[in-house]
Amino acid sequence: MNLLDLILLIPAAGFLVTLLLPRENPGLVRNFALAVSLVVFVMSLGLIGPVQSNPGVYSFESNAVWIETPLIRYHTGVDGLSLWLVILSTLLTPICILISWNYIQKRVKEFYAFMLLLLVGVIGVFVSLDLFLFYVFWEVSLVPMYFLVGIWGHEKRIYAAVKFFLYTMAGSVLMLAAIIYLYNKTGSFDLPLMMNMIAAGRLAMSGTEQFWLFLAFFFAFAIKVPLFPLHTWLPDAHGEAPTAGSVMLASVMLKLGTYGIVRVCLPMFPEAARDNAPWIIGLAIAGIIYGALVAMVQPNMKRLVAYSSVSHLGFVILGVFSFTQAGIDGAVYQMLNHGISTGALFILVGYLYERHHTLEIADYGGVGTVAPWLTTMFMVTTLASVGLPLLNNFVGEFLVLQGAMQVSFSYAFFAAIGVILSVVYMLWMVQRTFYGETPEHVRKHVTDLDRREWAIMIPLVVLMVWMGIGTKSFLPPITANNEKTLELVTKPGGALNAAAPRLTEDSAHAR
Amino acid sequence: MPANLVPSAAEFLRLSPEILLTVAGTLMMTFESMFARKRALAVIAFAALIAAIGLSVAAHADQGTAFYGMIQVDGFTTFFRVLVYAVGLLTILISTDYLEKAKADTAEFFALLIFSIVGQSLMAASNELIMIFIGLETSSIASYVMAGYLRHDRRGAEAALKYFLLGSFATAFLLYGVAWTYGLTGTTNLSAIRRVLLEGGAGESTLLLLAATAMMFVGFAFKVSAAPFQMWAPDVYQGAPAPVSGFLSAGPKAAAFAMFFRVALTAFEPMKENWEPLLWASALATMIIGNFAALRQTNIKRLLAYSSIAHAGYVMVALTAASETGTAAAMFYLAAYAAMNVGAFAIVTHVARRGERYVEVDDMAGLGVRQPVTAALLTIFLLSLIGVPLTGGFFGKFYIFKAALDANLIWLTILGLLNSAVAAYYYLRVVVVMYMQPPAEDGNVLEAPTTGIAVTMWATAVATVLLGVLPGFVLDFAGRSADLAR
Repeated sequence: MNLLDLILLIPAAGFLVTLLLPRENPGLVRNFALAVSLVVFVMSLGLIGPVQSNPGVYSFESNAVWIETPLIRYHTGVDGLSLWLVILSTLLTPICILISWNYIQKRVKEFYAFMLLLLVGVIGVFVSLDLFLFYVFWEVSLVPMYFLVGIWGHEKRIYAAVKFFLYTMAGSVLMLAAIIYLYNKTGSFDLPLMMNMIAAGRLAMSGTEQFWLFLAFFFAFAIKVPLFPLHTWLPDAHGEAPTAGSVMLASVMLKLGTYGIVRVCLPMFPEAARDNAPWIIGLAIAGIIYGALVAMVQPNMKRLVAYSSVSHLGFVILGVFSFTQAGIDGAVYQMLNHGISTGALFILVGYLYERHHTLEIADYGGVGTVAPWLTTMFMVTTLASVGLPLLNNFVGEFLVLQGAMQVSFSYAFFAAIGVILSVVYMLWMVQRTFYGETPEHVRKHVTDLDRREWAIMIPLVVLMVWMGIGTKSFLPPITANNEKTLELVTKPGGALNAAAPRLTEDSAHAR
Repeated sequence: MPANLVPSAAEFLRLSPEILLTVAGTLMMTFESMFARKRALAVIAFAALIAAIGLSVAAHADQGTAFYGMIQVDGFTTFFRVLVYAVGLLTILISTDYLEKAKADTAEFFALLIFSIVGQSLMAASNELIMIFIGLETSSIASYVMAGYLRHDRRGAEAALKYFLLGSFATAFLLYGVAWTYGLTGTTNLSAIRRVLLEGGAGESTLLLLAATAMMFVGFAFKVSAAPFQMWAPDVYQGAPAPVSGFLSAGPKAAAFAMFFRVALTAFEPMKENWEPLLWASALATMIIGNFAALRQTNIKRLLAYSSIAHAGYVMVALTAASETGTAAAMFYLAAYAAMNVGAFAIVTHVARRGERYVEVDDMAGLGVRQPVTAALLTIFLLSLIGVPLTGGFFGKFYIFKAALDANLIWLTILGLLNSAVAAYYYLRVVVVMYMQPPAEDGNVLEAPTTGIAVTMWATAVATVLLGVLPGFVLDFAGRSADLAR
């Protein structure tokens, strides 16, 4: 059992133990969950060294048989692509537990149990190398989030939770069909094995097969991302979830979709990915602009941030489907940036909500005079989110735009409009919320950050700056891994097709 | 009497579970009045079923036919025998207290349960159309009575009558089909029919043979509640006492599927091309009708009834695949389904309380607060019914649709999987009510579950999760037994 297995096992065990803790002692539950998540976080830091020294291969690989027939393996490993996403999840979980410390007063035990189960689910998705296992974790992560939104959310929580579940479920059943189809074709669920088979020309898929399989996977992932126009669950789920739920949703769960695209869709179905890139990029750009425009007119802060996610995730998709080194690097980097900065925005909005119990921008004003530090933090996070140089999002957006530019000027042009719009909606919200007259009710309710809240914000702000100027600490493993993926995708036209006729027989043997 | 006419000891062993249960049931009827406490009869029935499980395992060690090919003991038989006995055990656990509360704790209930199980057990073990018919009728007639067991309950009476009338009609079809088949092939033995068909012995009467097959399939489809013969299920499940509904959805259905598979895949396999499209359409219609009708239900028993129709549709997909993997998948699925559905009905029985006054979905409100453990277990069952990973229901669905893709039923797979996404909605509604709505304040206390119900719900929950985490054991057995003796 290696470090990675422990990182999965400890929160899973923590989940079970939390369920057994006494209901009457919420303090114990909180401390226990926090301790578990901190231990997992510290352990996950141990992944960095080995992966950075060898980012192109899977480190901490475990490969054991789970079920004999059909052969399903517990095959996990972490490489340059998944490394930071795992650490993002383990970092945000203790943070989410801390932000819920006072806010969650109802059914405390279940809440923290679900947080830990969610952690298991998302890490599991990031490290699974067996498609079946991937699917299992994918679905498992759905359940705790459903409860987090549905039990502890705002007024329309039930509607939002059910919508979230059904959207994801509808996408994932098609993915399941595709996974089974691949199994029937290859006799395996093992992702690296399938890649090898493709590389060796032993797995040949016809154009039609590739197209439909790509689409089945892509649809599942695109719902999760969410890609315009499949995004309609997102504002509801993000808007109605409790703060911790919004943070985990935006920062981690959306990345499951983009991660899946880079991990599965691109290397497994390179030609289909290339053929479909134009309309996908079109939708991505539409999402960037649409998300920004809709965010602009939101009266509710949480929904505003939620729509900004639609816009930001559009950048990620754009970067991925530009099939350029800069574009994909930027996309993966942007996944992390969005996790940090949007997570921080949701947390800060949550702080305001805890104080004033409203999310309407119109109910605020002049918060800066009564809570200067809260305002400062919000301002820094806002600037990071809109892509100010020296802060994290700038790097990602710049790389994505650079990559898009290499493909077509118009892609970059329209995407850049989204960047400009993001400044408009974010700063306008900041202006209406934090500046101007301070109404009496705001003066009465809104106080500045306390120690716990500082402790939550500091690591996030540090990361925003660090990831903005210290790109070298994060980007190399990502780049190394993307090089590999890119090589598969851009391999000159149909190395696979050329080999196909001769090798269909082989693939029959492989069954 | 010539020696070869006397069945050997091995042959008796192969039929011993049914013999034992029949004797036990008859004795229970006869000596009922000697027992002041009817609970003792529950204990006897329980012990008889455990003994029957032991005998079927013993019979499994020495497989083969018995009584001139009437009985066929193979892995398939043993699997379904043990399954229906296990469902019987759980039903006894759920119903004992229920009947006491309803002041209907007479011995007949347990005797009828045993007879019904004998019938199901025969359905699984028969290799002969007449035997199948006898098994089916034994099981059905006992079930009709059980559905209307609470005599003063008008809904129950209606359910029983409906079940009886429609059921008899369907078995008449079956019997007519059997008669035609006999007329055309000269035999009622499944293996013999297969041989005749393979040799083209039915001659030019293909059309007649098709009609015969269709009539038999009508009878089977009725028993498994497959479209378009599913209409009875919602009314019967809603009207019957809750423990009986749970029993009907698991035991008789599994046994009916067992005989459906055996007949379709042994005797009539040579005509596969002819019946496959029919089953394809029926499977799809069953899934769609079940799931979409369930969306609108407010009564939880009725909801589970439609859900059971939908699940029958999934199993029909496996039957349409008409392959060994399909058979194995169906076996696994029926076992998983029995576990999760009996568990769900146990909790429905518990929440419904005396007189079944609380059977609306809304009556589950606040269960997550009032009885967190019960609610958590019901959530496991519902997640399993949805098909969320790490539950038996997920693996069942996975194996079924894998078999369907193996058999190149791509559209059926896609439509079936999308159906299961639709299904998530109505199961989640129950979860929503349990966890996200406050308890109704009518001051009606919900007592802790009785021991029988607690044991049942824990046992089925453990089984559901085990089948979802370590499905290997059951699946391997199903895989080895899916090769039906021909």
